[in-house]
Amino acid sequence: MSQTKQVKQLDRVIIRFAGDSGDGMQLTGDRFTQESAVFGNDLVTLPNFPAEIRAPQGTIPGVSSFQVHFADHDILTAGDRPDVLVAMNPAALKANLGDLPKGATIIVDTHDFTKRNLDKAGYSSNPLDKLGEVDDLLAGFQVQPVDLTGITVEAVKDFGLSRKDAARAKNMFALGLLSWMYGRPTESTIEFLTKKFGKKPDILGANIAAFKAGWNYGETTETFVVQYEIKPAKMPAGTYRNITGNLALSYGLVAAGVRSGLPVFLGSYPITPASDILHELSRHKGFGVTTFQAEDEIAGIGSALGAAFAGQLAVTTTSGPGIALKSETIGLAVMTELPLVIVNVQRGGPSTGLPTKTEQSDLLQAMYGRNGEAPVPIVAPQSPGDCFAAAVEAARIAVTYRTPVFLLSDGYLANGSEPWSIPSIDELPAIDPDFATEKNHVSAKSADGEPDEYWPYQRDAETLARPWAIPGTAGLEHRIGGLEKAGTTEVGHGNISSDPANHDAMVRLRAAKVAAIADSLPPLEVDDPSGSAKVLVVGWGSTYGPIGAACRRVRRAGYDVAQVHLRHINPFPKDLGEILKRYDKVLVPEMNLGQLSRLLRAEYLVDAIGYNHVYGLPLKAAELADAIGALVGEAEGIAVDLGEHGTAPADHETASEEATR
Amino acid sequence: MSIDLGTPALRSGTELVPALAEGETQSGKDFSSDQEVRWCPGCGDYAVLKAVQSFLPDLGLRRENIVFVSGIGCSSRFPYYLDTFGMHSIHGRAPAIATGLATAREDLSVWVVTGDGDALSIGGNHLIHALRRNLNMTILLFNNRIYGLTKGQYSPTSEPGKVTKSTPVGSIDHPFNPVSLALGAEATFVARTIDSDRKHLTAVLAAAAAHRGTSLVEIYQNCPIFNDGAFDVLKDRDSAQHALVPLEHGKPVTFGVRDEATGLGDKAVVRTASGSVEVVETASVPVEQILVHDAHADDATTAFALSRLTDNDHLNRSPIGIFRQVERATYDDEARAQVNRAVAVAPGTPEERLEALINAGDTWTVA
Repeated sequence: MSQTKQVKQLDRVIIRFAGDSGDGMQLTGDRFTQESAVFGNDLVTLPNFPAEIRAPQGTIPGVSSFQVHFADHDILTAGDRPDVLVAMNPAALKANLGDLPKGATIIVDTHDFTKRNLDKAGYSSNPLDKLGEVDDLLAGFQVQPVDLTGITVEAVKDFGLSRKDAARAKNMFALGLLSWMYGRPTESTIEFLTKKFGKKPDILGANIAAFKAGWNYGETTETFVVQYEIKPAKMPAGTYRNITGNLALSYGLVAAGVRSGLPVFLGSYPITPASDILHELSRHKGFGVTTFQAEDEIAGIGSALGAAFAGQLAVTTTSGPGIALKSETIGLAVMTELPLVIVNVQRGGPSTGLPTKTEQSDLLQAMYGRNGEAPVPIVAPQSPGDCFAAAVEAARIAVTYRTPVFLLSDGYLANGSEPWSIPSIDELPAIDPDFATEKNHVSAKSADGEPDEYWPYQRDAETLARPWAIPGTAGLEHRIGGLEKAGTTEVGHGNISSDPANHDAMVRLRAAKVAAIADSLPPLEVDDPSGSAKVLVVGWGSTYGPIGAACRRVRRAGYDVAQVHLRHINPFPKDLGEILKRYDKVLVPEMNLGQLSRLLRAEYLVDAIGYNHVYGLPLKAAELADAIGALVGEAEGIAVDLGEHGTAPADHETASEEATR
Repeated sequence: MSIDLGTPALRSGTELVPALAEGETQSGKDFSSDQEVRWCPGCGDYAVLKAVQSFLPDLGLRRENIVFVSGIGCSSRFPYYLDTFGMHSIHGRAPAIATGLATAREDLSVWVVTGDGDALSIGGNHLIHALRRNLNMTILLFNNRIYGLTKGQYSPTSEPGKVTKSTPVGSIDHPFNPVSLALGAEATFVARTIDSDRKHLTAVLAAAAAHRGTSLVEIYQNCPIFNDGAFDVLKDRDSAQHALVPLEHGKPVTFGVRDEATGLGDKAVVRTASGSVEVVETASVPVEQILVHDAHADDATTAFALSRLTDNDHLNRSPIGIFRQVERATYDDEARAQVNRAVAVAPGTPEERLEALINAGDTWTVA
């Protein structure tokens, strides 16, 4: 049994676990991620699963996968092309093969390569039977056929499980094997399993046995001779945890409640991929959080608006189709000028679209999707961990400016994860509800010159925000509603008004109030290391990672490119126009057909060039880098060749990829 | 898995709303806003507004703790005319907005003002769910059996065959009976009254406000412009006694010409063999066979049967009064209890708890 195992150093690895929806691939990927996080690698993950809860077994639509990219340095994306594919059945192999670069390793569970499963996947013959032959479909890959199921069943036979239950532990065998291959610490997985299956000792025992068997299989058999080492990444000092976007967003809302001293009220209706936020917040009643699962999307936001009127930190969460239903109430929130955070975890559209896939195609819906001139501020997080800070920021704007605010996350941020530097509570912005408690207007009837009336639209001179007087405040009784009100600085009594001049003034005031938010925003950070770039790449939301990785690739090849990423899309930061003018070419990559680029063109008369993909998946950094390179060539009048660096697995064997920041 | 919520039963709808201090008084005038009331002359809404303004002081609650929420329609202008907190919202959504208010704040007396189009057509979903959840609020459903604000289209309570602007050859829609609908939606308090009967209206409002849970009060309300006379049979002194079936808890259900000696009307409601109810000549049945109204019965079957006595066509017959009033835990009390229990056992300050929350799980430190 004893043999020499070789250890190779790698700077980064991309692994994709793929199997049937019921094979536990999300769990396997998640555990591998946690092990890598605890080990200290930087990492980014990309779960990808079907919209069906249980699509037909063994078919291509039923394939679920989880990709994890981990490295000894700062990385930004889940990776374009996996170095390693773990395929639990023929469908998983077929669905993912096209994404692999030549030289990639493929570990397959031979057990599931039956005639029946091959048929379901559309293979006329077993590709594993033809390895090394002329018609080898897998030529150029390192294929490792292992009977994962068979060995697992054998390894757990002492626990007396049915064959079906025993076979289900095969994902833990795969995890154990991969954990050995990449030297992952195993304690956290044992702990996790113990917690999860503590009440079912036979299942727990089988899972641990399978996990260990997988590790030992790598260690002792001759099938796997190379073990890889990816050193911990040098990250900025701090305490870290791995976090998904939906969890970070939920924590951000809880934090906004704590920082404002307001009870959080979430009115929501279940919808993929936003439901996790409802689930998470419903667990935090100890923070005074109320969650209300409404009868529909409209009641979700309606109840939230009622809670806002009542003086709570109101939130509604949904995805694009839900926003369509909520639009009328968003208009009412604009009209009544009440604080409300509206979370849209965007997914592929239109209509039901691609419920489990990511897209950024609701930006113009957020911007314009209401009747009348109804401006709503828009905030977008750029990474899973950033969803925390973005949620706090959305709440700050909502409460300070008495306005509904869009928080535009997306399916990739929601389910993807990354190490998150846990912030200190004191550094979070304070949010002051500043409830009105006193009358604020001196009427002609006032005997002593003291305020004797409450004007609900007596605006703050700086923010243009109206006062927030909540029920229970004596003397401040007032009525608000969807009809236009007299609410200008001069006449703020809030009574119904159909006066033409008042309406014109109110429309402009509501727009000016949202525009005034820009006064509170910090200057943009432009990443232009050489200072001599002619091309600027502008992005928003979850494209931050692919754009950043693409820019690094362009710079590594010796060219200049600048990057700026927008957290605030309405209003735009004040210095954006001046920044856009500094560059010859502006490229706007988006997972839509050009929504931000349209806004930039309209606002700044800039020739924003779109880079647009709507595959339901994050942009691929290498392809984007090529597009940036081409534009750099055009702008500088030079030939640009980025080379092939970084696309093949072998390229990761030396720590040559340098982080640019 | 079910959890014993262990919530203490709260009997009064206004129990947690701050009351006036000793010696403080309020009058109807205190509840009138400075806004000019702009309904059509002769509109039934005036009578209801007047009744509500004069009834609210009797509640003895602090004015600032009363909130009126409305949707869209003629009646939904109601909040502007009351000097309380108020929101004139959007079509059909008032129950949803009131749900947020009622859940957020135990110290508010929450009222919804809505109409037959607002509540039963565009807002039907919110209405039935508010009723089943049994939130602590009172819904005043002004039923004029027509769309008034949009100038005269048929509504979900209009009689079949009704000729309106949108049904020039007669409506082919089967109408809702709002009381039957509410009972079917698991409502805990369902009543019906008439705009023109100030005494009855006030008594029903008082009972509705006192009920802890969602109270639905259907108010027959005349629209003099687009559906004038819709309730004339119920309002004319002679025809009314034969058409209105007054429901009083614990009393035999009779109507028609009253017998001075027995106090019974000459028509009575009795059970049928199939479980429904029917109207018979009082003289034709033994007194003990006459149905005695039990608004507090757990089972809503009889209340529902009584609601079916309503004539959907031209209202030649309609029971009025409280059909059903039963006690059931309210959503808002339960929701607050869950939160309060969790808050009570949460250790440390909110900041400390937040720190612990975000630092939980597998963490690692980079020096």
